Amino acid sequence: MRSRSLVRRRLVDLAVKAVSGMSAMVGLLFLAWILYEVILRGIGGFNRAFFTKLPTPPGMPGGGLANAILGTAVMTALATVMGVPIGLFAGVYLAEFGQRGRVATTVRMMSDILMGTPSIIIGVFVYTLLVVPTKRFSGFAGAAALAVIMLPVVARTTEDMLNLVPNALREAALALGAPRWHATLRVIFRAARTGLLTGTLLAIARVSGETAPLLFTALNSPYWPQSLRHPMPNLTVTIFNYAMSPYPDWKRMAWVASLVITVGVLFLAVFARLILERRRPR
Amino acid sequence: MATARAEPSVIRNAASGVAKSAGKQHRQSTGDPAFKWMTILCAAIIAVIMAGISEELVRNSHLSIKQFGFRFFVSPKWNPVTQEFGAASSVFGTAVSTAIAVLLAVPLSLAIALLLVELAHPVVSRFVGGAIELLAAIPSIIYGMWGLFVFAPFMAKHVQPALANTLGLLPLFQGPPMGIGMLTAGIILALMILPFVSAVTRDVLHMVPAVLRESGYGLGATTWEVTRKVSFRYGMSGIVGAVFLGLARALGETMAVTFVIGNDHTMSASLFGAGNTIASTLANEFSEASEPMYLSALFELGLALFAITVLFQIVAQLWLRRLGRTMGTR
Repeated sequence: MRSRSLVRRRLVDLAVKAVSGMSAMVGLLFLAWILYEVILRGIGGFNRAFFTKLPTPPGMPGGGLANAILGTAVMTALATVMGVPIGLFAGVYLAEFGQRGRVATTVRMMSDILMGTPSIIIGVFVYTLLVVPTKRFSGFAGAAALAVIMLPVVARTTEDMLNLVPNALREAALALGAPRWHATLRVIFRAARTGLLTGTLLAIARVSGETAPLLFTALNSPYWPQSLRHPMPNLTVTIFNYAMSPYPDWKRMAWVASLVITVGVLFLAVFARLILERRRPR
Repeated sequence: MATARAEPSVIRNAASGVAKSAGKQHRQSTGDPAFKWMTILCAAIIAVIMAGISEELVRNSHLSIKQFGFRFFVSPKWNPVTQEFGAASSVFGTAVSTAIAVLLAVPLSLAIALLLVELAHPVVSRFVGGAIELLAAIPSIIYGMWGLFVFAPFMAKHVQPALANTLGLLPLFQGPPMGIGMLTAGIILALMILPFVSAVTRDVLHMVPAVLRESGYGLGATTWEVTRKVSFRYGMSGIVGAVFLGLARALGETMAVTFVIGNDHTMSASLFGAGNTIASTLANEFSEASEPMYLSALFELGLALFAITVLFQIVAQLWLRRLGRTMGTR
């Protein structure tokens, strides 16, 4: 056994503690830096026109991205309508019926893998499925890609939240003669509703900032959203296009759009966590 | 505990409800199988999507696989004009940017997790942990905007010249400091995977039984000694799983990388050089590709990326699951 002086051990310990604190500072510093720049560069164009007007050609002052905001909202809402119910039911299967069985284990594994699949791959997949056969980019394809991304997130959080519901509650409902679906939807869902809401909000927060899956599905458009069968304007692809353009006007617009997306997504994420925290038994 | 406190009348009412419904039991039981099959169907959709992604990627990359064979992954030529496609530069760029990200993020994440679990006051720990988690909530495209317009100029002006002056003898840090390139992409990727790796590491450290750590302290060990010789050793496989998860995330990250990597089909020995990754090539070229061979080559790139991430996910998941079993949780 090697013996070392206490002073040296204490010094090493202190050094590690300092490094540890500094690492956290690095993380916080970058977070603050990103938020600071997004606010600083975006706040200037944060006005009514941005939320009410159509984009203008480069060089023309004024204009906004109201169409893109609407498009992003429509696609996110549609993705939620498609992805969340399927995800909820899949989560019910995993937690209530499949449990430790082989089928459920496989599905669980697959949904974890799907969650980790790069979103651009999901964009390519939906492209082959919905864009190639119809020969046109569409808002529906964009929403479908977002729904595919939401699905595993909702399924796994639903499963986790349902597993937190005490078994006694389940047994009590069934013992009173409630059918399984009634026990699940009316009793267990009610007990787990904060968790389910949090999971859904987090999934919405995640997809509303997504860009890669929309590049080849919804594409983008400078007009008001026409129908779900046409290319759909959206904030994130607009940021990408505008940032890569040579026009200073458009770059400024991209920063305003970045601010709107960041505020929206962070608000959703923080709000979702807060409601979960408040419900936690203290 | 609501049932224990229920009034007798409530129980009686409920009991009579059961008795009443016993008569129409056949109607009740018809609902349940339908409900169960509905949930099975929804769960099956997940499996169908996974199978569908593999099938579509393989089917659409058929042309390129037949034309180029294994050469696809070793040839650095990517020329849409002559219809010659090789993925070597994309694979190289993906590997290098991911490696930089993991090398930077893992030590930082371990240190942050250590702070959150062992060192900081619970209030500080909650605040710092929440802030680090916010890094994961920021969309990829925002990292891209910040990376291209804020961080890349900063790299070009301060970091890259400093690196060239001190470590410039190494080929890794030579060449013009353009700001964009492999190193910048790797650093931004590191920031993006930091919250995932530190969250999993934090959970792993929480799983270490208190009695083990306390016996370490009881023997007079310092915090660092307990961490290194007890916590890290006990949780080693969990930490490896966390690294794999971070790796899989960094591999497929698209928008942030597309903004800052330079999107050039070259392989540069210098980390200052521009490059491309599989994901950034897809983002840039997929909607422009018109010839079938070009499109097919892009699909094959996608297939390769998908296969690699699936592999890493499976390894990470099996690893973490085994760990969960041996530690007796879940």
